[in-house]
Amino acid sequence: MNEISADSFDINEYLRLELFPHFLCPGCGHGMAMRAMLWAVAELGIDKDNLAIVSGIGCSGRMGAYVDANTFHVTHGRPLAFATGLKLARPDLTVIVITGDGDSLAIGGNHLIHACRRNLDITCLMLNNEIYGMTGGQVSPTTTLTRFTTTTPYGNYEPAFDACRLAEAAGASFVGREATLQVPTLKNLIREGIEHKGFSFLEVISDCTEIYGRKNALGNSPEMVLSQKSKMRPESYGGLMSNKVDQPFRPNPFQTGVLARNERQEYGELCRRHIAAKQQAE
Amino acid sequence: MSKQRLQNIPGNHACALGAVAAGCRFYAGYPITPSSEVAERMSAELPKVGGMFVQMEDEIASMGAVIGASMGGVKAMTATSGPGFSLKQENLGYAAQAEIPCVIINVMRGGPSTGMPTRPAQGDIMQARWGTHGDHPIIVVAPDSVAEIYSETIRAFALSERLRVPVVVLYDEVVGHLIETVDLQPAPEEQLASRKWAEGPREGFLPYRADADMVPPFPRPGDGFRTHTTGLTHDENGFPTQAHERVEAVIGRLLGKLDRHKELIESYEAVGCEDAEVIVTAIGISARAAKKAVATARKNGIKAGLFRPITLWPFPEEAFRKLSAGASAVVVPEMNAGQLALELERFAPGKVSALTRYDGEHIDPSQILKRIEEVLS
Ligand SMILES: Cc1ncc(C[n+]2csc(CCOP(=O)(O)OP(=O)(O)O)c2C)c(N)n1
Ligand code: SF4
Ligand SMILES: [Mg+2]
Repeated sequence: MNEISADSFDINEYLRLELFPHFLCPGCGHGMAMRAMLWAVAELGIDKDNLAIVSGIGCSGRMGAYVDANTFHVTHGRPLAFATGLKLARPDLTVIVITGDGDSLAIGGNHLIHACRRNLDITCLMLNNEIYGMTGGQVSPTTTLTRFTTTTPYGNYEPAFDACRLAEAAGASFVGREATLQVPTLKNLIREGIEHKGFSFLEVISDCTEIYGRKNALGNSPEMVLSQKSKMRPESYGGLMSNKVDQPFRPNPFQTGVLARNERQEYGELCRRHIAAKQQAE
Repeated sequence: MSKQRLQNIPGNHACALGAVAAGCRFYAGYPITPSSEVAERMSAELPKVGGMFVQMEDEIASMGAVIGASMGGVKAMTATSGPGFSLKQENLGYAAQAEIPCVIINVMRGGPSTGMPTRPAQGDIMQARWGTHGDHPIIVVAPDSVAEIYSETIRAFALSERLRVPVVVLYDEVVGHLIETVDLQPAPEEQLASRKWAEGPREGFLPYRADADMVPPFPRPGDGFRTHTTGLTHDENGFPTQAHERVEAVIGRLLGKLDRHKELIESYEAVGCEDAEVIVTAIGISARAAKKAVATARKNGIKAGLFRPITLWPFPEEAFRKLSAGASAVVVPEMNAGQLALELERFAPGKVSALTRYDGEHIDPSQILKRIEEVLS
């Protein structure tokens, strides 16, 4: 691995430029997350031919198509299920899943917890913008209390998930959270996540400027990104997910960094060892 | 060798062994009666040949994982029954749209809903054809014996790989649990091939540009093609399009490719249809009963024939039209409220007599014989 400075990282090498202009709204956090991800891929020197991006449905999911790699845009909520088959069949591929808060925590919640439990070597990037961006701004399982969405016209009254605590409890062997405010820090986290042998769950705080921002008068996109700072507590959980919160499940301010790490058997290796033992016995 | 090849096993085991013989090396599933023995046998067989077995968290995930493995280039399968078949439908449509080969076993039980988990039925004939949303290509084969479950599972893989289309192997609980002798012969050479792999220049490669056979070659991840796969309606380059003139062409090819390969896909059994006054048409255990009834009828001097679609969808329409043209009646025994009869009514209007049963019991040959006599009197 070699560090690449922000200036010398050439994102164009990793993009399907023929598809540009891309469809994300100006200022959307998902674009920054994509930059961080590709930067991490570049630093790790991953061959694009062996990189597989599996994404769900959402603004987050549409992002995958712009990456010059093997890209699979699957069904809503199911990218982890597809990726499980792909990675088991093809351990030689580096598999990154891109999913949204709705994609992974609502419709795909079951697949998420089981992916965490199995610990297959997949890096899951969950772009949390607290809303269903693609379908026009409905409430999501991570929407902050009192916030307005198209289906909470009088303010949200549902408690939100803390996705990282959920992932850790379900057994993810690497859990981290960063915001798009600091792309280099986010890049480092993603790099660590990809390098980690096992299931890595990475939550990216990403702003939906166009819908969530507008509806809640959160400012223009630079203002929204800068305001992430006041919400972040950049320190490790130290193995303990604290819950000093103004919401029962989702802490605010939220902690960032590597939040959980434990080395345990990677699922694909377990499977292959099981198979080898059986074949030897035959 | 031959002693090992001849085995007395249930249909569900024959299915698993057929899959392994066909080169299936990935199975993902979720237990459900009366299909679970397929998963159980796969979990025992796959490790022996270096294949992967994974029990997923539900049927949606199973179907996703199967498609994921196949996207990686490995022959993959799942098995289920009614409720699970319903859950698989969205991803099954994805496989049809993105042209990812995969085989789905559906062992039919009584429905709707949880229905009668341990009782047989044939109520998924229409779901197997139209279960997922939108117009889509799909092949459904319907074996009626343990030996045929073995050979049709092999053929299902061959068709799925050759045409890049999902193939459903559809049979009822009776056939699934029936124990019969099967010759576990190796898969025929011509049915063993994997899908056609993409080759040639990577630059400018169009993943959904079909060859003259209307099937595009499959770009194996890792081979340098770096293509995009999506369930969105996509153009030849693999990227989404909603331009109506392009959509017409790409969906047209999807639907048309099965027509093009009709000869390869179609399979049926016809017994004594040429001079028949009455033809009995059925699948699965109902076809077994029909065979018996037709034989008895012939013995009694009644000109009866059997037409049994082995490929159920697309239905062997031309053959059926031709063979039933001279008959005055078509008796359709089926363990549902008349799904197959409804389809046959299109090909033999006014002649169809549905013999339906949906109480969880199979149809007896004597019932069919009685109906044959009734329609002729
Ligand atoms: C089965 C199914 N249900 C609903 C939808 C509609 N849908 C598309 S994207 C989406 C929500 C996406 O939200 P999220 O995962 O947070 O992604 P974002 O757009 O915010 O990045 C929904 C409900 C769908 N495509 N499929
Ligand atoms: S709707 Fe929101 S999430 Fe979607 S692209 Fe626009 S800003 Fe981004
Ligand atoms: Mg979202």
